Amino acid sequence: MDRITLGHGSGGRQMHKLIDSLFLKAFSNPILNQKRDSAVLNIGNKKIAFTTDSYVVDPIFFPGGDIGSLAIYGTVNDLSVCGARALYISVGAVIEEGLDGSVLERIVRSMAEAAKKAGVRIVTGDTKVVEKGSCDRIFINTSGIGEVYYEGLSTDKIAPGDSVIVSGPVGDHAISVLSKREGIEFGTIVRSDSAPLDKLIWKVLRSSKKVRFMRDPTRGGLATTLNEIALGAKSGIAIEERDVPVRPPVRQACELLGLDPLYLACEGRVIIIAAKEDGPRILKTLGADKAGRGAKIIGSVTGDRSARVYLNTIAGGKRIIDMLSGEQLPRIC
Amino acid sequence: MKYIDEFRSRALTSRLISRIRSVADEGREYRYMEVCGTHTMAIFKYGLRELLPRNIRLISGPGCPVCVTPLEYLDRAIAIAGLPKVIITTFGDMLRVPGSSSTLENERAGGKHIKVVYSTDDALDIANRNTDKEVVFLGVGFETTVPTVAASIMSAAKQGIHNYSVLCAHKTMPEALGAIMAHRDARIDGFLLPGHVSAITGMKPYGFLAKRYGAGCVAAGFEPVDMLQAILMLMEQKRPIVEVQYKRIVDPLGNRLARKAIEKVFEKSSSEWRGIGKLKNSGLRIRKEFSRFDASLKFRVKTVRPREDKSCICGAVLKGIKTPVDCKLFGKKCTPADPVGSCMVSSEGTCAAYYKYGRR
Amino acid sequence: MCLAIPMKVVKIDGDQGMVAAGGLTRKANFILMKDIKPGDYVLLHAGFAIAKVKPEEARQTIKLIREL
Repeated sequence: MDRITLGHGSGGRQMHKLIDSLFLKAFSNPILNQKRDSAVLNIGNKKIAFTTDSYVVDPIFFPGGDIGSLAIYGTVNDLSVCGARALYISVGAVIEEGLDGSVLERIVRSMAEAAKKAGVRIVTGDTKVVEKGSCDRIFINTSGIGEVYYEGLSTDKIAPGDSVIVSGPVGDHAISVLSKREGIEFGTIVRSDSAPLDKLIWKVLRSSKKVRFMRDPTRGGLATTLNEIALGAKSGIAIEERDVPVRPPVRQACELLGLDPLYLACEGRVIIIAAKEDGPRILKTLGADKAGRGAKIIGSVTGDRSARVYLNTIAGGKRIIDMLSGEQLPRIC
Repeated sequence: MKYIDEFRSRALTSRLISRIRSVADEGREYRYMEVCGTHTMAIFKYGLRELLPRNIRLISGPGCPVCVTPLEYLDRAIAIAGLPKVIITTFGDMLRVPGSSSTLENERAGGKHIKVVYSTDDALDIANRNTDKEVVFLGVGFETTVPTVAASIMSAAKQGIHNYSVLCAHKTMPEALGAIMAHRDARIDGFLLPGHVSAITGMKPYGFLAKRYGAGCVAAGFEPVDMLQAILMLMEQKRPIVEVQYKRIVDPLGNRLARKAIEKVFEKSSSEWRGIGKLKNSGLRIRKEFSRFDASLKFRVKTVRPREDKSCICGAVLKGIKTPVDCKLFGKKCTPADPVGSCMVSSEGTCAAYYKYGRR
Repeated sequence: MCLAIPMKVVKIDGDQGMVAAGGLTRKANFILMKDIKPGDYVLLHAGFAIAKVKPEEARQTIKLIREL
């Protein structure tokens, strides 16, 4: 096997290849093989969702959030998209020697606040300090468990004609982090969309019994997540470029820096695949909640078995959108 | 977005498409080269190839600075990054371009001081704030970008900033287009000239392409309406001439002030184009009176002349003789995540664009 | 090559100024331009204004296509 590069962690094709060829092969079991955001477990007569995620964001503080709240919301969201109510969370922190105590305090406070907001309890944890240079200030892992209240969410349920809905404008998080990290100032502050989705998703699942599948478009953005869904469903997906919601400053920043908003990470958005007839109702439910403002139906599941994602461009053309290959960089050329 | 959205209008693109269809002579093939990498990107991004009649062939040209920058330049930049007290500043484009054994991104992960900047002004700021360090800017790009680098050097000279220098690999466009037309396998009927380069150079430098080589030329903008209109203009030319489609931006005389800045700081030199080879008068080097800002003189580093993969056909792709799908490495050994040749490296490189946006 | 976008000049003071578009503002260097005033649109490339947008030409281009 080749040496691991940053590309293997960017959420795109390389990462999927690594997961499939190494981890899934070695650990193979029916639950893992489903590749859900959370594993759904039968314990006694209860269905429990279980997930884990590590957070290595640079910078650790950014407009609209920080590594602490991100670590809580990210795990809450991974449970929520599986139709589970997040209950308990663990926190593992790997801290670089020399980190300012006040920085750590700020992160921990932010986590406590985020947990309160999302209605979860942090019930166990672990702390390690490593030599300077062994990690970048702080890495946080969170695991979470939740109780499944809506069963049957699965890419297997996805059928031709289903609507593809996104819960709000995309790309805010990526632009917020990028402009802070690369020191590119825009005058206007673009705030991350980092937020817990538990309540929003609960409302959606209460308003419709025909939700097929959900996933939050984090690393790799809308394009990559739609590709994952298409692969899982073994069905094509077609979206309309003009319907994809992107806020004006994010669009402008993309034009300026040569980025494609379809590949920008979100931390407070969810993609919902649902039966076409329930689309408008779900849209209404989303729009009534602050966290779902700007939600749009962006496309539909096609009948073909290509497992490809197609974009009908604003100019009237059509193109395939693939998964991300390597994180996007600002460019001038 | 003003001056952007109206040039993406579907009403206008469909009008242009139907006009192109009615003008197109089915009995012939139209071979047009879009010179600029940003054109290539836009063509794929908006799915324009799908909209055009099949006998209009768009061939991607050499206008991607990342693609034509030689490996040795990267090796040199990486070697300088390894010197003590050096901060490398660069446009994001260069970060992932592989040198012989590493990339700037890898070196940055390994702790080297490499900063992505959006502007040479940002690089000068970094020099001002780190007077105990040497700040080196990677000067890559064509006539659009060169004036901004020239301005930074003039500004450093004026302000007495001694810890700023430029590792220069700037190139100029017309000579490369001439080299393509001079090639015996070249079959190009016309050029979509790079709109933003033309905004600086004006249209005069391209006259020889029409006169000597009989290639029609239209300076084109980068929105779908711009490119389609430029294609239509090329098709409707009675004889090869040099025209401007991108009139809202391009003055046929160019930007004289910007050219003066280039001439003050740089002089013509021969230059190595990755995949094409050495071309006379196609590059720029820093003039003697500004040599103290020349990183290649300031930092003496040793590099070995690197070897390119023999089966890579990037050279022929850059010249428009072959397309990426003709290459046996394409999509197999050579992918955007692990590029072999130059055209797969930058997201606007021909091979990367083919890979990302589907192949045809 | 050469990504550049039109932005509106909001402030200009010697060689330095501010440009805005789509709710975003950015500083811009005007050393490569002359006769620019607030309200003009300029083409911004790598933080530098490199050309002035000609509104009349933009209108003409669109008009021409509409009449095809």
